[in-house]
Amino acid sequence: MNVIEIKDLTKIYNTSEVKVKAVNGISIDFKEGEFTAVVGPSGSGKTTFLNMLGGLDKPTSGDVIIGGQNIWQLNSRKIIDFRMNNIGFVFQSYNLIPVLTAGENVEFIMQLQGKPKKEREKRTRELLEAVGIGDRIKSRPSKLSGGQQQRVAVARALASRPKFILADEPTANLDSSSTSSLLELMSQMNKKYNTTFIFATHDQRVMDKARRIITIEDGKILSDEHFDRK
Amino acid sequence: MLLSISWRNIWRNKVRSLVIIFSVALGIFAGVIATAFFKGLADQRIQKVISTELSYLQIHKPKFLETNDFTDYILNADGLKEKVSKIPGVTGVSERIVIQSMAASAETATGVLISGVKPEDEISVTSINNKIIDGEYFKGIKRNPVLIGKKLAEKLNVKLRSKIVITVQDINNNITSGAFRVVGIYSTDNNIFDGSNIFVRYSDIQKLTNFPSTAAHEIAINIDNNDKLPIISQKIKEVAGADLSVKNWKELRPEMNYLTEAMDMYMYIFIIIILLALLFGIINTMLMVVMERTKEIGMLMAIGMGKIKIFSMVVLESILLSLTGGIVGIFIGGLAANYWETTPIDLSMWAEGYQQLGYDAYVYTQLDYIMLVNITILVIITGVIASIYPAYKALKNDPADALRIE
Repeated sequence: MNVIEIKDLTKIYNTSEVKVKAVNGISIDFKEGEFTAVVGPSGSGKTTFLNMLGGLDKPTSGDVIIGGQNIWQLNSRKIIDFRMNNIGFVFQSYNLIPVLTAGENVEFIMQLQGKPKKEREKRTRELLEAVGIGDRIKSRPSKLSGGQQQRVAVARALASRPKFILADEPTANLDSSSTSSLLELMSQMNKKYNTTFIFATHDQRVMDKARRIITIEDGKILSDEHFDRK
Repeated sequence: MLLSISWRNIWRNKVRSLVIIFSVALGIFAGVIATAFFKGLADQRIQKVISTELSYLQIHKPKFLETNDFTDYILNADGLKEKVSKIPGVTGVSERIVIQSMAASAETATGVLISGVKPEDEISVTSINNKIIDGEYFKGIKRNPVLIGKKLAEKLNVKLRSKIVITVQDINNNITSGAFRVVGIYSTDNNIFDGSNIFVRYSDIQKLTNFPSTAAHEIAINIDNNDKLPIISQKIKEVAGADLSVKNWKELRPEMNYLTEAMDMYMYIFIIIILLALLFGIINTMLMVVMERTKEIGMLMAIGMGKIKIFSMVVLESILLSLTGGIVGIFIGGLAANYWETTPIDLSMWAEGYQQLGYDAYVYTQLDYIMLVNITILVIITGVIASIYPAYKALKNDPADALRIE
């Protein structure tokens, strides 16, 4: 079943001198439970592509249909709600709320969704245990290592029970052991919750783990390969 | 959680927040102290006017205060006095004959206002007996004793037991004079009053002017609590009837009432100026906060925090920042004002100037709790106003752009 359908997606940046086509007419689908890496050199358009998928960057033309809803037809208020309820984000530099503890960071998004306190607390504990840092629930991000912070970010992304998770270079700031354990974790989460993961990356270790690799260059899809990995 | 985030955000940059909190605290402290000081000063002035000059309420014939006509008197003042005395809350009633006259010493003469009082009744209404600095309150001289103010004594160049001649018009409009002897010199710290008011016995002036023996121009009334003024005033009006005019101190001396109101207004203006100056400091801090957290705000927008919540978060942070300073300022200001409520602020260095204006040289501060509540509200309003532009800037963030910031 398709989670995301993308039709002829284009993004043109108007600079003072020239028009830059960051994404140039991409059409592609993502299925439920995919573990996909979008790869390409810097400036290839993968982050822009992910931002348009995630409702953060408005395309110049084309459609992003998520669960039957063309998200760019929603008004700005509704698109925020749509993001909250359907999309999880994991960022390169973790981007946790520094004044909240690990637990509160995970709980926060559920509070925005208006979930009851008991349910929030239960799910927060469950998720932090699932990502292997149940004992750090009361620690603030500054007291956690980069790898641990990114685990909290993954737990936060999963907290809202999204249709899919977008991870933009999630391993870029991590050392190799943290990277491999984080990838292992995300792979587990992908299988456990059947949540679709889409990465923008140029990290070979991520590509090695991905079951589908979409290569983008100059805003166009160069290749779309599927791999049978456990 | 929004409140918790905003509160914790304040302490991310402790030094910066403490500087703002300290500035707000200092400004509010100054505001509270100034308010308590000027309120104390004004209230003391009013209390003094009530206790030495006016009393809380006075009964006259309706036109008497305008014309000062000697023949415009309350006929059965004794009977009215009896009735008024029985009203609950009334603590003293004094009948007075009020007459303008000339007072002359061996050297010079001046116009004065004579109050012919019954000494024992007058004590229950005004405290002139406690203001005697030389001599005694109607004691020691049997025939025609007179109490005069210190300033008048200097003007007439008289001292205790000196003779002064009072010239008045009697009830039949004949000019008549009487020799009075200074029994006491008083000082109320109000030079204008002291220079123009003298007190004689009701019976002496009554005989001198052939005034009816049960009549009076003025019945001065003292009550136990200013808050009861409207109720007691109403009851006295019922007893006095429509032929007489009953006026409270605010009506008798409207400028005294204006003094309190004007003082309150000046204080609000003063505090608003302080807050206005602080406003720019808070705006500056909140702008820095929003700029520093562009990426974080972008992330919050990305994960689904709506514009209203982002706006509220910035506004809350600004309110908490101002309010913390405000509460500290109110608390310290309140403590200091509380201390000075019992231990007066000594301004005796400038006593001469203050007394010229009728003010005390020792000021007991007076805390106005309603004012404190209003200051708190003003601080919150300042916090809100200070946050509007920074919060608007925060909303202008585009999450995709904000997240690109390294």
